Amino acid sequence: MKISEQEVENIAHLARLKMDDEQRQALCGQLSDILGYMDKLAHVDVTGVAPASGAAFMHNVLREDVPQTSPGPRVTLANAPEKDQDYYLVPRVVK
Amino acid sequence: MDLHTLSLARAAQMLDEKKISSTELTRAYLDRIKTHDRTLNSFITADADAALAQAAAADDQIASNNHTPFTGIPVALKDLLCTKGMRTTCGSKILDNFVPQYDATVVEKLRQSHSVIIGKTNMDEFAMGSSTENSAYFPTRNPWHVDSVPGGSSGGSAAAVAAQFCSAALGSDTGGSIRQPASHCGVVGLKPTYGRVSRYGLVSYASSLDQIGPITRTVEDAALMMNLIAGHDPKDSTSAPKPVPDFTSGLTAFDKTGLKGMTVGIPKEYLDMPGIDPDVRAVFDNVRTLMESLGAEIRSVSLPHTDYVVAAYYIIAPCEASSNLARFDGVKYGFRAQDTADLMDMYKQTKSTGFGPEVQRRIIIGTYALSAGYYDAYYGKASQVRALIMADFAKAFETCDILLSPVAPTPAFRIKEKIDDPLTMYLTDIFTLSANMAAVPGISVPAGFSAAGLPIGIQMMANRFDELSLIRAGYGVEKSMNLAPRFPDI
Repeated sequence: MKISEQEVENIAHLARLKMDDEQRQALCGQLSDILGYMDKLAHVDVTGVAPASGAAFMHNVLREDVPQTSPGPRVTLANAPEKDQDYYLVPRVVK
Repeated sequence: MDLHTLSLARAAQMLDEKKISSTELTRAYLDRIKTHDRTLNSFITADADAALAQAAAADDQIASNNHTPFTGIPVALKDLLCTKGMRTTCGSKILDNFVPQYDATVVEKLRQSHSVIIGKTNMDEFAMGSSTENSAYFPTRNPWHVDSVPGGSSGGSAAAVAAQFCSAALGSDTGGSIRQPASHCGVVGLKPTYGRVSRYGLVSYASSLDQIGPITRTVEDAALMMNLIAGHDPKDSTSAPKPVPDFTSGLTAFDKTGLKGMTVGIPKEYLDMPGIDPDVRAVFDNVRTLMESLGAEIRSVSLPHTDYVVAAYYIIAPCEASSNLARFDGVKYGFRAQDTADLMDMYKQTKSTGFGPEVQRRIIIGTYALSAGYYDAYYGKASQVRALIMADFAKAFETCDILLSPVAPTPAFRIKEKIDDPLTMYLTDIFTLSANMAAVPGISVPAGFSAAGLPIGIQMMANRFDELSLIRAGYGVEKSMNLAPRFPDI
């Protein structure tokens, strides 16, 4: 499995990561090694095997829908990098 | 008397008998941290004043005979457990200024019993690593040999327990992150069954694999910690609504009957593995003989899909990570990059500056493996292989109570020895990943030393929710070996 720099760039965009040339080149080599190693899974016969989609309990968990007090904006926004009263602030979205 | 040498069980007893106070005990640890943690770097945050205030409150509880075995006991927490009002970094710059507004369930349980939270320990960033070198802050050093790694990702917790900076610690284990550092630091590490301990308030890495567990000086201390932290929690829908036993009954079981009636399986694929250090092999053989002499029946078993465990794990874990870590986008909490052109640029610069290289690498692997056109070949296939691994273990536990194996192929390696070669680092996790993949419990118990004097542990795994067998057998090995020295001379 050989991963191109363009592929790394595309994946980085999907993951919202920005890479410089040096990082991208290093990742190309490392990803090719790592994904190359993963190719051994192709040798496993999984015909008819249902994927293990979780770890332990394969039943749904329900609870009563009981209203509770919310922690409120002071607590919720306590760690906000930028806020304006009761709102998170983000860079301009609409130009 | 040197208070720092007391085990959790012994300290609890002396607190109960009012022979020592929590303030004295806490102060003894704080003094030791102050003197020695400059070298070892096991803590990211240690708040002496807050710890002493908790100790004073615990002493009040004890004075009014309103206490439990945990009241006044100084405990260290891996820095991915949310502590209300106390910075929780996850070893990452992206959470450098993050102060949780609530306690993790396990932390709440410690606080309810008036334990002393002595500090938050260093870790590989977001628990991704096997050496604690991926911490965004500093590498932690192994107390037995300061040029070696303590293991990871709970390396800070394991080093802090080995260096006698606290009575006990909590770590988390996604692929060996409690057991491997416990082995490298000569302490006990227990990864409970998936679902046994609530993960509420644990910063998620790979949610189908993560589990919180104790790192302690003795198996008895691990059993005590399990009594405190185990149990169903309505706030974690993956926590198991199962009755919780008294885990110390595993100790009495051994004292009564040794290991008689217990069947110990040796997975044959494990011993054929290339790259097992001769000292690790010698420790393993020694424990096998010992367990037989204690009454256990030894038999060979097969885990046919062992050769695929690393590949399947290093697809599933990064896939889950890439999804879990998407939340760190600079909007609601944590670091935000400044002077950015627009929203997309803010996301990208925040993540690229905030996350270290290993975290970015795993996000990329996970995003790739989940992307259109690759999902079936990677995540789908790995999940099917995981089902086969689970079936291997279910079959082995039809005839065995315990599976015995090394914890890691080698003793602790040198700092910087493997950090530039991620694949080689991943391959060192071979013996520990399976317990997470199969959702079974595992323990690492100190069992010997390398020629160079580095500790080597032994791993035991048991069937789901059978931690008691691990405690019984682990305690048996610990007690019968009577290993010396038990702690490093720092």
